[in-house]
Amino acid sequence: MRNTRPVIKARARLTAFAVSAALLLTAFVNVSAQDIVGPTSGDLGAPGIYVIRNARIVTVSGPDIENGALVISGGRITAIGANVTAPSGATEIDARGLFVYPGMIDASTNMALVEIGSGVPGSVDTQELGDMNPNIQAFVALNPHSAHLEVTRVAGVTSAVALPQGGIVSGQAAFLNLNGTTQRELALVPSLALVVNYPSLGGGGGGGGFAAFLAAQQGITPDAITQRDRRVEELRKLLRDAEAYGRAQDAYARDPRAVPRPDTDLKLAALVPYVRGERPVIFNVNRERDIRAAVRFADEMKLKAIIVGGAEAAKVASLLKEKNIPVILDGTLNLPLREDDAYDYFYENAAKVQAAGVRFAISTGDSGAHVRDLPFHAGMSTAFGLPKAEALKAVTLYPAQIMGVADRLGSLEVGKIANVVVTDGDLLEARTNVRHLFISGRQVPLVSRHTMLYEQFKDRK
Amino acid sequence: MRRLLTLATTFALLGGAWVTPRAQTRRQEPARAAQQGEVLVRNATILTVTRGTLQNSDLLIRNGKITAVGQNLKAASDASVIDGTGKFVLPGIIDAHSHSMMDGSVNECTNVVTSMTRTSDILNPNDIDLYRELAGGTTALLLLHGSCNAIGGQSTTVKIKWGHPVEDFIFPGAPPGIKFALGENPKRTNFNIGAGVPRRYPATRMGVEYTIREAFTRARDYKRTWDEYRAARDNKNLIPPRRDITLEPLVEILEGKRLVHAHCYRADEILMLIGLADEFGFKVKTFQHVLEGYKVAREIARHGAGASTFADFWGYKLEAYDAIPYNAAVMTRLGVNVSVNSDSDERARRLNIEAAKMMKYGGLTEEEALKLITWNPAWQLGIQDRVGSIEPGKDADFAIWNGHPLSVYSRVEQTYVDGELLFDRAQDIARRAQLEAERKTLEQADANKPPAQGATPARPPAAIRRAYQHDDDLADEGEDQR
Repeated sequence: MRNTRPVIKARARLTAFAVSAALLLTAFVNVSAQDIVGPTSGDLGAPGIYVIRNARIVTVSGPDIENGALVISGGRITAIGANVTAPSGATEIDARGLFVYPGMIDASTNMALVEIGSGVPGSVDTQELGDMNPNIQAFVALNPHSAHLEVTRVAGVTSAVALPQGGIVSGQAAFLNLNGTTQRELALVPSLALVVNYPSLGGGGGGGGFAAFLAAQQGITPDAITQRDRRVEELRKLLRDAEAYGRAQDAYARDPRAVPRPDTDLKLAALVPYVRGERPVIFNVNRERDIRAAVRFADEMKLKAIIVGGAEAAKVASLLKEKNIPVILDGTLNLPLREDDAYDYFYENAAKVQAAGVRFAISTGDSGAHVRDLPFHAGMSTAFGLPKAEALKAVTLYPAQIMGVADRLGSLEVGKIANVVVTDGDLLEARTNVRHLFISGRQVPLVSRHTMLYEQFKDRK
Repeated sequence: MRRLLTLATTFALLGGAWVTPRAQTRRQEPARAAQQGEVLVRNATILTVTRGTLQNSDLLIRNGKITAVGQNLKAASDASVIDGTGKFVLPGIIDAHSHSMMDGSVNECTNVVTSMTRTSDILNPNDIDLYRELAGGTTALLLLHGSCNAIGGQSTTVKIKWGHPVEDFIFPGAPPGIKFALGENPKRTNFNIGAGVPRRYPATRMGVEYTIREAFTRARDYKRTWDEYRAARDNKNLIPPRRDITLEPLVEILEGKRLVHAHCYRADEILMLIGLADEFGFKVKTFQHVLEGYKVAREIARHGAGASTFADFWGYKLEAYDAIPYNAAVMTRLGVNVSVNSDSDERARRLNIEAAKMMKYGGLTEEEALKLITWNPAWQLGIQDRVGSIEPGKDADFAIWNGHPLSVYSRVEQTYVDGELLFDRAQDIARRAQLEAERKTLEQADANKPPAQGATPARPPAAIRRAYQHDDDLADEGEDQR
């Protein structure tokens, strides 16, 4: 195993790093070693008290504040403004010429569920066997020590939703803040949403040209329709069973002597909060007819639906608006579905969806290794018509709102969790550097597997 | 022409899919005239790449060549004049690792040495991804054989001459090349094979080294045989040696006439090939992927090889787990000519963003970042005298951007190849409504209606090319290697 490397104690690593890394030294100014611990240290440490001064504060939810300050304390943002009073003991960070943003959020990834996708199946935990796995939880299998977490957060993406995949009901997604030594420390919401691959007629593959067209065309055979309807019926029955199960459990809880004790069923129990609309159900659909079908199904079953994928969401805009169903667009950098689609079909998809008034967010839909590309998905959408401010919201406030965590994340507001990124330029630009990083009010060192290998080899003679 | 139309009609009936390229081909006749005439881009920011950034400057094109760069340039009265105010001119992006327009499989996996195969035999000039790449400012590609063999097939350097016949795509005078592959991929034919399926040598990196050594040993002997024959040609009784088209390309490598582009990941295999090349007296022109190049950058520089790498694509297999986005910067600083490539029909559309990332990771300057996708790959393909920068005398291959190409907020407005406008966003948008209507009409055609129950649906050509996402992950995992 050539990639097994000796475990480097965080403290030792830090010392070596602080000596050699002049480039990143600013990150450590005025910060005691106590405050800076990597995820592999086994100790997250307590959130610190920081005041970031003289920066342009991009709040996202409100106007930018020129030459402003932001205070972080107890894991939260406690003050923002042109003038703030620093709490005693605060670490001062002079951010003259820099920008302060909320950390970005990628709402559709497999973060911490896969380390190496090809050739190392032991590191892949995305897809369980069987079609109906509501009981499966991403939270359980999150690897807090995945190298993906570090390389992602140092690029300014501080949260991600990890989705299980496969089958019809894939399992339950988790919402992660990308700093923690255990699953519980990582997961802001352990059981965030149910992931459903709504049965389709096929033919949704990207870039397939004739083959995809033909698959789609051939898909509309009586057999395929019967098959699809049968799978939808299976899903419907499962959800109805869960409703009944919930009612039975409630009845027993109200009066154990009046009704027989229902046996516990883990799959149905897992579904109860979803069939009651207490938590969202993520439908993975791309083509127009599948989006329509999923929306109708969610409506019939009274589910709180979120669409992930949304390649043809613009064609379903009025329905999505009417039902107030948000869409997480994860295909910005995909090749167009059909050969005769416009070359910029996916580049301008977000602009079209936004212009149609549909609630949306932009996601990479990618493996944890590539989630750090999130800002460029949003930025390129702006090159093709999405207003700049909307692009920024599409990777901060909007995913927070869609995932139901906007009371805690997604913008710089007093009281929110301090996921804060300090940059030397526009957050979405590829050349911009992150200069300071805070997750849940802890300053996070700008080191990763990549910076460590860089330091190790850049001066090799 | 009739055959072409018939073909277009057939394709259109099947999916409407090929209507776009064909239609665009026909409709761009007026633009083609510009190739012979003059084009003047006025008052733009010109990123020459080799001679700095010129503000408020003009670019004059005549007969497909750049004739002048400067201020207040005069053009002929019938010249096509473009207002470049607020716009940026960048040389055409060159992708030094592509499989676009290669119909069918890119991998001849049956032998471990397939130097007799030629990518130029399978080119499809109507691959829609070529148009998408033009729309991202990319104008030239190195088309490489797959990575299934220690010594793979012959590569082809092309210009994206969209709308032209395939022979026009071949880059005139570009030196010939060949693909090598080290590490995991040439061993992959031994992964997960079914019972009864024969294994193909090699199964280890040791065997990969031996395969290349053995091939060059044979090539050296073969060359001697021919050299001796030629030296003794006056002797009429001599029978010429039998030609060996597997070894001939290797002899060209030994003679410095064919460029080696070697797929590799790990530092040890890079050093292995450098050692072997030194021993046999040839040069590796580029290491491809070369994701651990930063670990042995000095050795690569000393050998004189270039490095063509991903910006920050990593972690998709164990070989790529030590890949770091600082790779390009480290190698650049240690004197290696570095390019950033796509190996993907998708990424080939936005190599400008991949280059911009390299300013963040390792602090390359703007000019160094731009070189990664222009001048450096031109050098790696041996076409730096023709393309890769904006200089008088060079081919007029360039794109006009609506903002700085290193910004994510920028996009291409127009792309020119040999002075010919081959992508024009305004034209593209203007055509959309018409194409949509054409598509609707075709969908109503009898032949395109869903088949009745029990009927056999229409079938497209069996070997239609699928978009290429990534050499390593997808195609090589398929049946190609079995």
